[in-house]
Amino acid sequence: MSHWNPAPFAQQLLDLFASLLLLIAFAMLSQRRILTLIHLFAWQGLILTLSIADSAWLTHQPHLYYSAVLTLIIKVLILPLLLHRLIRRLDVVWDVETLINIPTTMLVGIGLVVFSFNLALPIAHFSSTILRNTLGIALASVLLSFMMMITRRKAVPQVIGFLALENGLFLAATSATYGMPMVVELGVALDVLVGMFIFGIFFFQIRETFDSLDIRHMEKLKEE
Amino acid sequence: MTLVNWLLQGGQEILGILLAPLLMGWVGIWRAWLQNRQAPPLIQPYRQLFKLFHKEVVIAETASPLLRVTPYLLFGCMGLTASLIPMVITDLPLAGAVDVIALVGLLSLARVFLALAAMDVGTAFGSLGARREMLVSFLAEPALLMVFFTVASLNASTSLRFMVTGFAARGFYLYPSLAFAGVAFLMVLLAENGRIPVDNPETHLELTMIHEAMILEYSGRHLALIEWANALKLLIYFSLGFALFLPFGLTDSLQGWEILRALILFLLKLTVMGAGLAVLETISAKQRLFRVPEYLGTAFLLAVLAILLHYLLGS
Repeated sequence: MSHWNPAPFAQQLLDLFASLLLLIAFAMLSQRRILTLIHLFAWQGLILTLSIADSAWLTHQPHLYYSAVLTLIIKVLILPLLLHRLIRRLDVVWDVETLINIPTTMLVGIGLVVFSFNLALPIAHFSSTILRNTLGIALASVLLSFMMMITRRKAVPQVIGFLALENGLFLAATSATYGMPMVVELGVALDVLVGMFIFGIFFFQIRETFDSLDIRHMEKLKEE
Repeated sequence: MTLVNWLLQGGQEILGILLAPLLMGWVGIWRAWLQNRQAPPLIQPYRQLFKLFHKEVVIAETASPLLRVTPYLLFGCMGLTASLIPMVITDLPLAGAVDVIALVGLLSLARVFLALAAMDVGTAFGSLGARREMLVSFLAEPALLMVFFTVASLNASTSLRFMVTGFAARGFYLYPSLAFAGVAFLMVLLAENGRIPVDNPETHLELTMIHEAMILEYSGRHLALIEWANALKLLIYFSLGFALFLPFGLTDSLQGWEILRALILFLLKLTVMGAGLAVLETISAKQRLFRVPEYLGTAFLLAVLAILLHYLLGS
């Protein structure tokens, strides 16, 4: 094993967190229950928080600690609580979605992972940051959340897919550039929060109009 | 030196064969405790085997020699496989001779013969069990192979011996890919040994049984050999898991003390993991047969992710 040179423990931990994030993205892709989906989203937020805090410690960037705290408050506490309240008010807590063929979706997901890993490898070779390994994983989880938004029919899982996509983007931002400037991060966090409120209002509007949260009905709205 | 090695090889073989029913008994005890039942004694599987060996063999009139040969073949396959896995010491003469891919082949050889013999007599249950077994195993095998490939590419060798010593040489390191592969291996272990999310080893309910349906036609010493081989299979999977994911304690040297320490650690790992298996089985529910492809698909996915992560993070 001549090529073997062990990385520091914090780096190993970072790789582990990134891998767990990817795993949760897959779990969300295959999850049928909305309630479990929200729990998974909260777990993903927690792991993102840990990974940001870890990279802050690794790179000695104090402002990353703030963004870790911000992530913890918004993505682990506020957003899941909001979603919880929303699905209770919409009365869809025990909703089970019939998904099209989970194994096929998983295989397509593996294809996406291979694609994004391949895409990230040449970039990572030129990158000088020690967090470059996670770039491919971040890209993969963005694509997986994207696919989740495409394959879902109901509105609430689609929104959760959107939020998970934002998680993946955040990981990409911290791994590629040591995080965005504080102002941008605050802005994005606020955007997500406001977006969530607007989505909440949309849910009620959609249901009032169509008596269902299935967005298939919205296809009727197009002009002839 | 080689003589000592061969002696140790033989010792491990005998240890494995004798220990296998004990492991079954241990898992059974924990299952009984967790279900608030009175546990059978630890040596119950040995009593069962003893009883079966003293009963006469009844064979259906339509049976071909295949049915007669299969129990011996099955036991032989499992016995050979048990000798290929480093359980206590890594420097075994046979462990270096065969790699993990051949090991998967040996396991599937046993499975093919069991399934063929189950269809031999022509009863409905036999062929039903054989078909289900093939459904489960053709999905579990790729996952198992991917797990092996992950660990093999970590250590640049498909030989079990170098996989174990490769880890020992490098000391402590967090491998995300290994964690994924470990979970995938656990899922395959449950499926291949007919454990609870896939099959219930204690029931003869015709709607759900897989393994039991295949061995309904056997009696006497044939049944005893099959049960014993089955227990041996569980021990094989356990020690495979130890060799791949918990290789601490396995020793390279032939010193008496080192071997004793490794042996005690091996028994300790078996004790803990046997209880863990019972807990896992108690807290999970048996799945419908048509959910099994999804379950094993997840195992395959985890294993593929493991190997992909290895190439991304290890580069």
